[in-house]
Amino acid sequence: MMKGLKKWRLFSLLAVMTVFLSACGEDYLTTLKPTGAVGKEQFNLLLFSITIMALVVIVVSVLYLYAFMKARRSKLGEDYMPKQVEGSHTLEVIWTVIPIILLLILAVPTLISTYKFADVKAMDEVNEEGNKTALTVNVTAKLYWWEFEYPEQGIVTAQELVVPTGEKVYFNLKAADVKHSFWIPAVGGKMDTNVENVNKFYLQFDEESEGLEQGVFYGKCAELCGPSHALMDFKVKVLDRDGFDNWVAAMQATEGQTASAESADLGEQTFANSCLMCHAVSGVGASGAMGPNLTTFGDRNRVAGVLEHTEESIEKWVSDPESIKPGNLMTGKYGELSDEEISAVADYIMGLSIEE
Amino acid sequence: MSSAAVSNKKGFGATLWDYLTTVDHKKLGVMYLFAGTLFFAIAGLEALLMRIQLMIPNSDFVSAGTFNELLTMHGTTMLFLAATPLLFGFMNAVVPLQIGARDVAFPFLNSLGFWLFFLGALFLHLSFFLGGAPDAGWTNYASLALYSPGHGIDFYVLGLQISGAGTLISGINFIVTIITMRAPGMTFMRMPLFTWTSLISSALILFAFPPLTVGLFLMLVDRMFEANFFDHTMGGNTVIWEHLFWIFGHPEVYILVLPAFGLFSEIIPVFARKRLFGYSSMVFATILIGFLGFMVWAHHMFTTGLGATANAIFAVATMAIAVPTGMKVFNWIMTIWGGSVKVTVPMLYALGFIPSFVAGGVTGVMQAAAPLDYQLHDSYFIVAHFHYVIVGGIVTAIFGSMHFYWPIMFNRALSEKLGVLTFWIFFTGFHLTFFLQHFLGLMGMPRRVFTYQANQGWDLFNFISSIGAIMMAIGVILLVINIIITAKSKPLNCRDYWGDGRSLEWAIQTPVPFYNFKQTPLVRGYDPYWLEKHDGNEEGMVYAEPLGDIHMPNNSILPLIMSIGTFIAAFGALYHPDGKAWAIPVLILGLAITVGAMIVRSVKDDLGFHVHVEEVIATEEHLYGKGGNK
Repeated sequence: MMKGLKKWRLFSLLAVMTVFLSACGEDYLTTLKPTGAVGKEQFNLLLFSITIMALVVIVVSVLYLYAFMKARRSKLGEDYMPKQVEGSHTLEVIWTVIPIILLLILAVPTLISTYKFADVKAMDEVNEEGNKTALTVNVTAKLYWWEFEYPEQGIVTAQELVVPTGEKVYFNLKAADVKHSFWIPAVGGKMDTNVENVNKFYLQFDEESEGLEQGVFYGKCAELCGPSHALMDFKVKVLDRDGFDNWVAAMQATEGQTASAESADLGEQTFANSCLMCHAVSGVGASGAMGPNLTTFGDRNRVAGVLEHTEESIEKWVSDPESIKPGNLMTGKYGELSDEEISAVADYIMGLSIEE
Repeated sequence: MSSAAVSNKKGFGATLWDYLTTVDHKKLGVMYLFAGTLFFAIAGLEALLMRIQLMIPNSDFVSAGTFNELLTMHGTTMLFLAATPLLFGFMNAVVPLQIGARDVAFPFLNSLGFWLFFLGALFLHLSFFLGGAPDAGWTNYASLALYSPGHGIDFYVLGLQISGAGTLISGINFIVTIITMRAPGMTFMRMPLFTWTSLISSALILFAFPPLTVGLFLMLVDRMFEANFFDHTMGGNTVIWEHLFWIFGHPEVYILVLPAFGLFSEIIPVFARKRLFGYSSMVFATILIGFLGFMVWAHHMFTTGLGATANAIFAVATMAIAVPTGMKVFNWIMTIWGGSVKVTVPMLYALGFIPSFVAGGVTGVMQAAAPLDYQLHDSYFIVAHFHYVIVGGIVTAIFGSMHFYWPIMFNRALSEKLGVLTFWIFFTGFHLTFFLQHFLGLMGMPRRVFTYQANQGWDLFNFISSIGAIMMAIGVILLVINIIITAKSKPLNCRDYWGDGRSLEWAIQTPVPFYNFKQTPLVRGYDPYWLEKHDGNEEGMVYAEPLGDIHMPNNSILPLIMSIGTFIAAFGALYHPDGKAWAIPVLILGLAITVGAMIVRSVKDDLGFHVHVEEVIATEEHLYGKGGNK
């Protein structure tokens, strides 16, 4: 009998644990399995504050349930007249002082981390040759897509942020149209991209993204920015330092790459005529493009941030962007294309790649 | 209704006219209650539509644009047009009775406040039929608001400007009423807690609504005349809007939650049959929360990039608010401690409130830790947090108080059986909906998303959350059914319906006569009715004056006319940017109506009327039979 009960207990404990573990979310997206120093520190603060708060909740609940159970009129009888107490100074002092102490304890790591995360002095440090020592990425949030410029390297990409492991990566954040917010949950907290000023912060990426389910971390826009706010995703590819350097070199090697209107390939020809004025196919340049840079499109993970990475998706997107991302700024910018042209363009774009 | 005077049988037209012109705080309380319930139902339906949309990934139940309208109108309506008027309803119905007054200090303004609120709310809701509702969130952040096409944002700005003016007027009215209209002996430290929280909340309105008014006005001229206060390309600044909005927006939360605290501080002692524990520290905590409420607005902007020092200061200030709030929770528990608790429906809501609100409070402290908030901000975690506070704190207070005060307001009692059922369905649904949303946020789900891709680990919790929302909707429907059934029940004609009433409102026999107290009561201590009852005083009151003529204010249609004037003017302002030729004349016409009504009000003497002693005696006999209110 006892044994059966114990087994039953174990089983229910396991069931609760399963629910709890499933509540941790996906590795590439959840804040509960952070993979960067910033995210880890925030996660520790989460655990620390939850512990204090759980303590508070338990004490309050026990007092409350005890008080209620003892004071039920159904138990005391209809005529029971309680003593009319005014209050107690001792108790008031106790439940004022103890919370103050608990909050002071919580305030210490809060203040330390607040100043630590805001420290971006290293952004401006230079070595003997006058080159910046830290990697800086300029992020520009635009209506439903993200542009990532690497000013020191002279390259620019979109929708997929590429960063190295093991060092602080600094970000200059700005919005081009309305306010957005830059958030990579699994790596660290968010910061808004304002329209009138540049916000600066840093993140650290500790784990290569290759082992993840889709090989990338997910990034989100966290500030309501219009109808397609929910679809304003980006991806983060984290490489080791060598891999990152190779990627930068490959990007720099695309200098001058363009699509030719005289090309024999219908896809390239159509692209040159209808798409090139907004979408560059060379990774060398600065931010400020009308549409996402497509140099590395073939290496990416999604079409338009959310669709599966297939040619069919591109065709679907190019034929009617509005049906996929309402309010996007691409709709109606490139005239009528025939199905044949769209299919050829999809084929061409999918071939744009800098990885072997 | 309950306060109908001698002539009981009135035609529909006369009754309608009576309500359109009334300045009686009890009738206005009823009107606030029903208008608030109407908007609560509308905003609840909007929430339900959103939860149906989010029930499954990649759903196309509503479009992205519609979803943004729904989320904006849900937040705006719930806070400005449902919670605020519902609480004003109770303030109107109860506060004058609690302090032994015959009416509020400015009955005319009381009516004006209601009509401005109501017509502003109506104006805002017309947006659904006139080209689309606002869609930039209830926070209406400037860059998105200026970018938003159509008239949605203009409806938001003008509607809130009008209804906000109404709220401000009502707030001022209650400050003056509570300070000047207290019965002899009703010192500040003898005032019931609900009166105290109404006073502090009204003071918060006085200081918090002007920044909103300023922000809305700047937004209005930006959109009407391209004034560029917020257009950064022309030297404007959108962060200013965030500051203006939250300098209003954070106190707004306390404007709503303080009266809710007050209501629970009335309910708990009555059903615990015990004096409120630590009355003076409860008063102190209320004032402290009100004060600190103005010091923390930037915790809504931790990720805006204000810098480490600003974030640090606001983080610590925010944590400090937990201390007085904690004091209140412990005092409620100690009131129950050693009492004799009868679990009625109002008490059930109070018992459900304590743990729910504590849960919402502690997640608030977690978000006060700025570096942690970088992860939690604008995720579903914050959605869970503020719904725990608002539903767990304010909505439970409103539902509980409906049951609690229905006997005084309507001389009827809501069904207890149906009430218990409603409570359990609503309460279970509430936790089901919002508890898991904490985890959705921690799992990386941003708020205000109209849909989400499948297999990001969010599918199951979103589904469960939507089931909870459906349960909440069923709960609200049951409450409305309860109200309808009760309307047909027999009048109570009793005093102290719950048997353990403590403050003055329970000393009056229902239905409450239109002049409230035939003689102004003399207050001899805290919990005056309890005091008199236990001194063996059957009447429940001692009087500060002999029976005499009662001076009462006249009804007036002018508040409604003034409000209609602003309503018309708002249409002119709205369509002016379209270049419509009739826009400016309509604007002028509307303002002329308002100003005209104000001039009439100023030049025409309106000294009220006297109810003579014989009429008072006749009314009392008509309401309570021979011997009057004994």
